[in-house]
Amino acid sequence: MTLPPATVSTRGGGLSTAARGRRKPSLDRISFMAVFLGIPLAIYLLFVIWPFLQAFFYSLTDWSGFSPSFNFVGLDNYARIFTDDLFLKALGNNIILLIVVPLVTVVLSLILATLVTVGGSSKGQIKGLKNSSFYRVVSFFPYTIPAVAIGIMWGQIYDPSGGLLNGILNGLGLNFKDYAWLGNASTAMWCSIFVIIWGFVGFYMVLFIAGIKGIPSEIFEAARIDGAGRLRTALSITIPMIRDNIQTAYVYLGIFALDAFVYMASLFPNAGGPENTTLVMSQQLFFTAFQRGQFGMATAMGVVLAVATLIFSGLVFLVNKLTGGSDGGRL
Amino acid sequence: MTLLKQQRVSAPAGHVEREAKTTAGDKAVAATSHVVLAIWSAIVVLPLLWTFMSSFKTSNEIFASPFALPGSWKLDNYIKAWSEAGIGAAFMNSVIVVCVSLVLVMLLGSMCAYVLARFTFPGSKLIYVLMLAGLTFPVFLAMVPLFGVLKGMGLLNQLPGVIITYVAFALPFTVFFLFSFFKNLPGEIAEAAAIDGAGEWRTFFQIMLPMAKPGLASVAIFNFLGLWNQFLIPVTINAGGPKVLSQELAAFASQMGYAVDFGALFAAVTVTVIPVLIAYILFQRQLQGSVSQGTSR
Repeated sequence: MTLPPATVSTRGGGLSTAARGRRKPSLDRISFMAVFLGIPLAIYLLFVIWPFLQAFFYSLTDWSGFSPSFNFVGLDNYARIFTDDLFLKALGNNIILLIVVPLVTVVLSLILATLVTVGGSSKGQIKGLKNSSFYRVVSFFPYTIPAVAIGIMWGQIYDPSGGLLNGILNGLGLNFKDYAWLGNASTAMWCSIFVIIWGFVGFYMVLFIAGIKGIPSEIFEAARIDGAGRLRTALSITIPMIRDNIQTAYVYLGIFALDAFVYMASLFPNAGGPENTTLVMSQQLFFTAFQRGQFGMATAMGVVLAVATLIFSGLVFLVNKLTGGSDGGRL
Repeated sequence: MTLLKQQRVSAPAGHVEREAKTTAGDKAVAATSHVVLAIWSAIVVLPLLWTFMSSFKTSNEIFASPFALPGSWKLDNYIKAWSEAGIGAAFMNSVIVVCVSLVLVMLLGSMCAYVLARFTFPGSKLIYVLMLAGLTFPVFLAMVPLFGVLKGMGLLNQLPGVIITYVAFALPFTVFFLFSFFKNLPGEIAEAAAIDGAGEWRTFFQIMLPMAKPGLASVAIFNFLGLWNQFLIPVTINAGGPKVLSQELAAFASQMGYAVDFGALFAAVTVTVIPVLIAYILFQRQLQGSVSQGTSR
C-alpha cells in the first residue's frame, strides 16, 4: 500500500533535486532556505528537542526547579524511585492499562469495523452493512470531545446517588442503591478503563474501516469462492491485510496507556483514586515536580516513562515481525 | 474508490443476479450486526444526551432522579457556567490560542516539510530523524525542563508561551504528514515555474501550497482537535496564567466538591462539547477521508 508511491516519489524527487543542485545558490534561494527551514527548526529545537535532552541530564541531579543550583547525584534518583512504593504502585497500574486498553480497544473496534464493512450479503460482491454510516459517524463522537470533558461527564455518570449508571441499574431492579463505582478500590480501575476505551474505540473503528475498504475486493471474493465463511474471512484475510494499521493502533494506544494523565486526573479529583488504585506514573511525576519541587526526581520518572514507551513500541514491532508482518515502515 | 465502483459496474451479469438473493443466514447476520452496532451507538450517545438534559436541571432535580426531565428549560446554568465559572473567558482564550497556533503550525510545518521533501542538503536526514524522535518520545519527558525553558524566557503562565509550545509540539506530526504529500506532488510543475522565472518564494506560495490543499486540510483538522483537547501542556506551563477551556473545566470540576452546583458543571461540559461536535457533524465526510489518508501513508 505504501510502497508504490514511495518508490515513484523518490525517483521524481531525486531527479528534481539533482537538477536544482547544479544551479548556483542565489540570494532568493538562500533567504528561502534560511527562513523556511530556520524558523521551524529553531522553534522545534528550542521547545521540543532541548527539553528532551535536558531531561536526561536533570534526571541525574537533585535540582528543585526553583533554585539555580543543584548537585550531580548520579543514578540516585533512579534508585530511589524504584524503591518508592507509590511509584511502583503507579507503574503497576500503568502496566494494567498497557495490557488491557490496547487489546480491548483494538478487538472491539475491529469487531465493529468488520460488522460495518462485511455485514452485508454473503453472496456476490462484498457489501457493507446497509445504513451503517450512521453508526460510523456516531461512534466517532467521543474523539471530538476533550478528554477532560469525557472524564468529568463519566465521573457524574458513575456518581453513587445521582448518576446515570446507578439510575439504570436500579431501574432494572438490580440493587446497586448507592454504590460508588469510582470510590471503591475494586471497581475504580475497571470503570476508568471503560471510559478510556469509550473515548478511543470510535477513532480506531473508523481507521480500520478505511483499512478494510482499502483491501482489493477480489481477495474477498476469491476466498468466498473457495468456501470461506465470514469468520474465516475476517481472521484469515481482514486481519492480516490490515495488520500494519493494527500495529499503528496498538503502538499509539500503548503510548497513551503509559500516560493516561488526562483521564485519571479528570475522573479522580483526589489524585490516585481509592487506595491509589488508579494512580499513574504521569500523575506521580506531575506531583513530584510541581507540588514537591523535586524536578530532578520527576525527570527521572519521565525517563522511566520514555524507556517503557520505547520498550513497548519495540515489542509491538517485534511481535508483528515475528508473526510474519512487514517490518512496519510506518508509524 | 472510483476504481472499485467501476469494477462493480462492469462485473458480469451473472454476478449481479446472484447478488440480489439474500439468504436467511444473511438476514440473521445483518440483524445481529445492526443490534451490536446500535448497542454501541447507544453507549456513545446516551451519556451525551444525559449530560445535555442534566445541564438544564437544578442540583436538587439532578439528585432527585437521574432520568426526570428538567422542570424548566432555562439557561440559568449556562449563564452561571459562562460568566461566573469563567468558562466564557476560557472559551475565548482557547479560540485565540488554538487559531493562532493552528495558522502558525500549518505555515511553519508546510515550509519545513516542503524544504525537506524537495531539497537534499547535508543534515536533511538528521532533521528528519529529529522529527521522528519528537513523535516517539512521550510529551511528559519534556514537560519539566520545558517549564524551566519558558520560565527563563519570561513566557511562563502567558498565552504566547502556550501558543509557541503548541506550535513546537504539533510540528513533527505536521511535517511528517506534509512531507509525504509534498514528495508526491509532481516536481515538473515547480521546474516549469522556475523556468518561467518564479523564485523559490513565489513557487512555494503561489504554486506548491495551493496544490497541497487536500493534505493541508486533513492535517489542520487533526491539529485542531489535538490542540483544542490539549490539557497537559497548559496545565504544566500555564497553571497561573489565563486559563484555556480544558484547564478551566478541570478547575471548575475540582472546586465542585465544595460548592455543589452540578447543573452548571453539566452546562460547562455541554458548552465544551457542542461546538466541536456540530463542526464534526457538518464536516464528517471530509474527516472520515482524512483518517484514511493520514494513516495509509
